[in-house]
Amino acid sequence: MSARLAAMLLVLSAIAVLIALPFVLEKFYVQFATKVLVMAIFAASLNLLVGYTGLVSLGHAAFFGVAGYLLALATPAYDAAEFWSSLALAVGGAALLALAIGALVLRTSGIYFIMATLAFAQMLYFLFHDTSLAGGSDGIYIYVRPVAQLGGWQPFDLENFVHLYFLVLAAFVLVLGFLRLLVDSPFGRTLAGIRVNEHRMRALGFATFRYKLVCFAVAGALAGLAGYLSALQFGVVNPDMLGWHLSGSALMMVILGGLGTWLGPVLGAASMMLLELGLQSVTKHWQLLMGAAIVTVALALPRGLAGLWVWRAARGQNDG
Amino acid sequence: MAEVVLSTERLSRRFGGLVAVDEVSIECRHGEVHALIGPNGAGKSTLINLLSGDLKPSGGTVRLREREVTGLPAHRISRLGVGRSYQKTNVFLPFTAFENCRLAAQSRMGTSLRFLRPAQAYRAPCEAAERALAQVGLAARAHWPVAALSHGEQRQVEIAMALATDPQLLLLDEPLAGMGAEESARIVSLLRALAADHAILLVEHDMEAVFALADRLTVMVNGAVLESGAPAAVRASPAVKAAYLGDDDVDSGK
Repeated sequence: MSARLAAMLLVLSAIAVLIALPFVLEKFYVQFATKVLVMAIFAASLNLLVGYTGLVSLGHAAFFGVAGYLLALATPAYDAAEFWSSLALAVGGAALLALAIGALVLRTSGIYFIMATLAFAQMLYFLFHDTSLAGGSDGIYIYVRPVAQLGGWQPFDLENFVHLYFLVLAAFVLVLGFLRLLVDSPFGRTLAGIRVNEHRMRALGFATFRYKLVCFAVAGALAGLAGYLSALQFGVVNPDMLGWHLSGSALMMVILGGLGTWLGPVLGAASMMLLELGLQSVTKHWQLLMGAAIVTVALALPRGLAGLWVWRAARGQNDG
Repeated sequence: MAEVVLSTERLSRRFGGLVAVDEVSIECRHGEVHALIGPNGAGKSTLINLLSGDLKPSGGTVRLREREVTGLPAHRISRLGVGRSYQKTNVFLPFTAFENCRLAAQSRMGTSLRFLRPAQAYRAPCEAAERALAQVGLAARAHWPVAALSHGEQRQVEIAMALATDPQLLLLDEPLAGMGAEESARIVSLLRALAADHAILLVEHDMEAVFALADRLTVMVNGAVLESGAPAAVRASPAVKAAYLGDDDVDSGK
């Protein structure tokens, strides 16, 4: 119980630090922290597939990018979109797309699953890249950020970078809190069972396809949330948001942070982006050093950065 | 006569040119242990896999009570009240013995699309898991990861998982294989007790256990049923003696 209490205090103080950040950091770093939190949500959504369920996807950016495009397309040319409805559209659209793609790719497994997810994401990439559907390879600018209205009251102003940071932080806390609960729920345990021994799950009476599909859709919806926030932050969407490069980066964050751990994707996203920021200021060959750092962590910490964590999200006795 | 829980009619399974199960017609009744014996390669495990839905039949029918279930996927058959154990231990090694059984029982919750409350807060699966572990004598090991248990204990987890789903029909594929004498004796008496209100189809090589448990005995050879009936009658059959229990007696009788 005391370990649990210590963990809770640690989480609460981490949240307190995150709340304090914009009051002590310059604008550039607050925007950087916003970017990190968005990527952490995205990596955490991928971890639900890869880490918890054992479904290695190389096409997860599809849902991130499509949600961003939905916001861009829902935004009138020189006017603001409505925040709540555009958010619902983006997240719902990503979830529906995940449901459709999932219904097809989940019929495969292993290496074929990886290739099928990659193929669908690349199809979408070229759809946006090579057609005039949404600005082609240049993408679309979102000149005016969405406006949130609750009754006549405007709870936050997204043109203000501090407000934006707090909105993203709220989304981050909600998503991570949801995933924490999910892991120990009947659904989360079902996913863990599928990862360890799917055949046995079927023999026990679980319609595993259905659970994997729901998992795929939930992961797609959360990736969509991250994509929406990212488009909102940068005010622009382009086909790179859907590309395999981004899917690969997120996968790297998940592995670096610790597959199937609660906070691993967050640690992975933060450390990779901080490393990138630091190395970029030292040398233009930063990617070389970045690669060396990733290989080192992979060799020295097979459980990822979260392996350093004393308290692991899922109880050690239940998750190997 | 007790109710027929499971019946097959001319059930077959071919793998290319090999006929692994050849027009097998058997019955399992409520309150009975039906033992299935035969030499290695006789098709016993394939038959179990056909009954549990792990494999699809090439021909023939399977009925559960009045309902035809031929070719239904494993998860649907399981939910119709069929529990099975595997010849080769097939469990969730990183999970605790309790979690293996709790997950088994969770499959009977209707839906597992429940995202927020902890699984441990749902009492019925937890209680079913505790009951099943106590039945096979593993209560003391409940919170050990199955990977850390002995082979015999893993076999007991396998049986406990089948029990945790509260089945009406148990398909047990060599449940005693790899167990020590004491564990074996415990499981034999457990099966005897379970037989009172279950139908049990038992594949087993331990003849002592088979003759201690079986109400009905079927001998399979080369995928087909050689003989089926009361254990004493089957044991006395010359064909069975020749094919399985030992050629020597028959040879010397010539």
